[in-house]
This record gives sequence, structure tokens and C-alpha cells, in this order.
Amino acid sequence: MLINRRKDTLIAAVLVAPFLAIYLLVFIWPTVQMFGISFTDAPLIGDGNFVGLDNYARLDSDPRFRTAAWNTAYFVLLTVLPGTIVALLIALGVSRLKGRAQSAVLALFFLPYILPVSVVYLIWDWVLNFQFGISMHILDWLGIDRVPITKTRAWFMPAMAVVTIWWTAGFSILLFLAGLRAIPAEIYEAASLDNASRWTVFRKITWPLLYPITSLVFTIQLISQLKIFDQVYLFSQGGRPNDNMVLVYYVFQRAFQQDQGGRAAAVAVTLFVLVVAVSVLQFQLLRLSGGRR
Amino acid sequence: MVSVQALRRVNFWGGMITALTVVLAIIWAFPLYWGVISSLKPEDEVVRPYIALWPETLTFQHYIHAITATQIGNWYVNSVAVAVGVTLITITSSMLCGYALSQLSFPGRKLLWWLILASFMVPTQALIINHFVLVAQLDLLNTWAGIMLPQLIHPVIIIVYKQFFDQVPRDFREAAVMDNAGEFRILSKVYLPMNWGVTTALSIVTFIWTWNAFLWPFLSVTRTEMMTITVGITQVNDAFGVYYARELAAAVLAGLPVALAYLLFQRKVTEAITLSAGIKG
Repeated sequence: MLINRRKDTLIAAVLVAPFLAIYLLVFIWPTVQMFGISFTDAPLIGDGNFVGLDNYARLDSDPRFRTAAWNTAYFVLLTVLPGTIVALLIALGVSRLKGRAQSAVLALFFLPYILPVSVVYLIWDWVLNFQFGISMHILDWLGIDRVPITKTRAWFMPAMAVVTIWWTAGFSILLFLAGLRAIPAEIYEAASLDNASRWTVFRKITWPLLYPITSLVFTIQLISQLKIFDQVYLFSQGGRPNDNMVLVYYVFQRAFQQDQGGRAAAVAVTLFVLVVAVSVLQFQLLRLSGGRR
Repeated sequence: MVSVQALRRVNFWGGMITALTVVLAIIWAFPLYWGVISSLKPEDEVVRPYIALWPETLTFQHYIHAITATQIGNWYVNSVAVAVGVTLITITSSMLCGYALSQLSFPGRKLLWWLILASFMVPTQALIINHFVLVAQLDLLNTWAGIMLPQLIHPVIIIVYKQFFDQVPRDFREAAVMDNAGEFRILSKVYLPMNWGVTTALSIVTFIWTWNAFLWPFLSVTRTEMMTITVGITQVNDAFGVYYARELAAAVLAGLPVALAYLLFQRKVTEAITLSAGIKG
């Protein structure tokens, strides 16, 4: 018995080792180091002197950091709730279709999500092109003056929000569809016997039963939009990145373009703490709402 | 009782919602169509001041140009190598770890499980500085191994494997143990064959995720011939002037493998993605 357990432990160690090694190397070690260098004036590669909380204290008066924080918050505001609502509405529509028709329509909504961000960027850069983009024909048709959308500060973040919702909605739609499928058909049959209106059915049955999924979709989006970088970077190429600055972009610029690893790490830590806080909060909320039932 | 009029009304509005959904789906996919169709037009046709939904002259010249005159071939090889490597290593290491968590009792099991759950919260974008330092210290910048290293972890795959292994009836295991089969044998002859479906599904999405990665491949590679395709097509302009159709042809080539993977294995892909969000599909 004892030999067996020892053998078990040995085998488990062998099975777990590859994952654990990678985990320590690319998760734990960099995280520890990130916190470490955020208290120094280190360049990107190499050591620096300990400067205490200086890097953090300087953030408050750093206009570019402020822009980054505001733009990230603005982007979150423009994408998370609108994205969740759009995906829910589309999922309700798609769920009415059956069989092959449903897979075909779902595929049309889902395809963008499967594509790399570079492809999304090239397609939308073309669609939004100031001279020849098809969206400009729509502006003409609506009688609005043409604007170079990705080069205009006021239009940039809203445009990024539209592109991002278009790109990622498929994922949320998929989750909502899974949630809708899990609602037993008998409940709807009972409701239709009671002659309940479409709105009542949604409000009294679909919405409450779908709530756990809604909150999951909402948080997944919140966390991923806080980490926005790719779209903003790509669409800012040849433009004015400092106006479109977001948190990850700030980290990238400080570390990789200005060789200030310590100052960059301070913002990386800020982002890290923010994302962990949101995740913990979500976990607590789910647990609380789970405990209520 | 439900009156006939009421039923008709319900059907009418129901039909409207369905029709609206279908129309919206077509509008949604239109930018994709527009990108593909523009890449099949000659450059002078692309810049005409009106909307032509079909090319006057259908041409593959931009694709031929992309394949013969740019480094896209190189980038394809890099992307395939990195995506295959990451998929193999991630799936294998996650499967082994998931099996240990599901079937063996060992000290530290709880702690390991907790570590995996906690890692869900880690934003890898925040770790780019130290990933760069690490990969530079290992002298792996501008190599496949360097592009792969920080992408080798998807903790959710371990969780999915554990769930699936948990569902295998204990009888199978006991029978195998009676036959004196070792753990590796039990895993490869019993647990793995019973879970080929989820293994393929997870492999396909890991491949897609890696193929699509942008930030890390972009940071860790500076030499153009070592770039993955997602980075290369946005960072290298090898000609003066702007060639819209050419750029779009490159974009189509970059998106093709993942789009095909999705269209061919639609069920598997959606299953794996739903599972990876923590929902049983």
C-alpha cells in the first residue's frame, strides 16, 4: 500500500513535470520579475537601481499614462456592455433557426472571430479607407462629409469599438447559444399555454435563466478589453499613437521604444492588479449568486 | 385557448425576427466578402469611385505576386512550425497533467489545481517585458523556439482534460490495473482513445489561437524572414506606393488556414471554444 502510494507520487511527478516546468518559467518567474523591476530604474534588458515607489508616483503626472488610462476606460465602456447586448440579441435571433440554417447563419457571425487580428485590420483599413473605402460611399449616401476615420481622434476609439465588436461577437454569441440550448423546452411550452407574450417570456424565463452566461460573457469581455493593444497599434501605424494610447500600448512604448523597463513594469503591474481584481470580483459575484439559488 | 389571429401574429413577428437575423448575418459577413472580392480585382479597378460587387476582370495576379515576389512563403513556414509546435507541446503536457490530477492522488495536488485556476487571471500582455528578457537571456529572439515559449500554456486545456478523464467510468481503470498495466499504458490505451474527440477539438483551437497570435510574435522577432504571417503582412511593405488589392490578397492568404479549419471542423471548433470558456457545450 505504502509502496503503491510512493509509486503513484513518482508517476504523478513525471506527468506533471512538463507543465509545471513551463508554468514556472513563463508564468511565475516573469510575474515575480515584473513586480521586482517595477521598483527600479532598469532599462529593458539589464539591471537598475532601486527607486522605491518612484515609478508609480510618476504615473499620476504623466500625461501619456493618463491618456492611456482614459482611452482604455473609454474603450471598455464602448465595447463591453454594447458587445454583450449585440451578442445576446443576435443569439436570440439565431436560436430561432434550426439545423443547417442555424449553423450557416452562425458561421457568418462567427467567421470574423476565427481570423487573426492582422486580417481584421487589413480588411477594415480597406473598408474605412478615406479615399476608396466602401464605408465612405455610405457616408456620402447619408449626406455626411467624409472623414479619415482612423486618423481622427474623436472617431478612432468608436471605430475600434465597432471593429472589435464585429471581430469578437461570434464568441459571445456562441456562449449565449449554449446557454439558450440549456433552457428546457417544456418551460417555453408551459408559457405558451399560458398565452404569455414574447416580452414576458423573455423577461420571466429567458433572462433569469441566462443570467449566469450573461455575467460570464460580460466579464470575459471586460477582462479582454482591458488588455486591448493589437487593433490600436495596427490602426495607429502612420497615425498618432500618442493620442490613441492604451495601457498595453504604454507598456510597449516605454519598454520597447524608450528602453525604460522599470517605468513600463509599473504600468504592467497596474494592469495586472486591475485584471486580477476584476477576476476575483467576478468569482465572488458568481459564488454569491450561486449561493442564493 | 390560443386564437388563430394571435397565432398568426406571433408567426408574423417571429418570421420578421428570423428574416432580420439572416439579413444582419449577411451584412456582418460582408466586409469579409468585400476584402476577398477586392483582392481579385486589378489594382485600377479597386480604386474606382463606385461600388462593384463583382470584378470586371477577375485576376489572381495579386496572389501570384504575394507567393512569388514576397516573403509570404517564409512566413507561412514559420507560422505552421510555431503553431504545430505549440499545439503538440501544449496538448501533450496538458493531457499528462490533467490525467495526473484526475486519476492519481499525490501530495500537492490541491495546490497544483489552485495554481491552474489562479493562472486564468494572469494577463499575459502584462508579462511582455519579462518574457522578452527571458527569451533574450536564453538567446532565443528571432527563433521559432522563442516565438513558441511564452505561448506554451493554456491552463484551460488541463481543466477540460481533467473533466473528461473524470467522466471515464472507474471500471475501465480497475480492469486495466488488474491486468497490471502501468499508468502510461492506461492513459494511452484507455483514457486517450476514449477522448480522441476532445483531443482533436482542443488541438484545432490551439492551432488557431497560435496562428492568430500577434503581440508576442511581433515583439520577439525583428528579422523579416523569421516573422510569422500575422506579423509579416502588417509590418513589411516591400514596394513603394500603396497596393490595396495586394495587401488584401496577403490578408486572405493569412486568414485562409484558420478559416478553412473552422469551416471544415465547425462542430469541433465551436465545441472546444465553448469548453474553453468553462461551459459544457
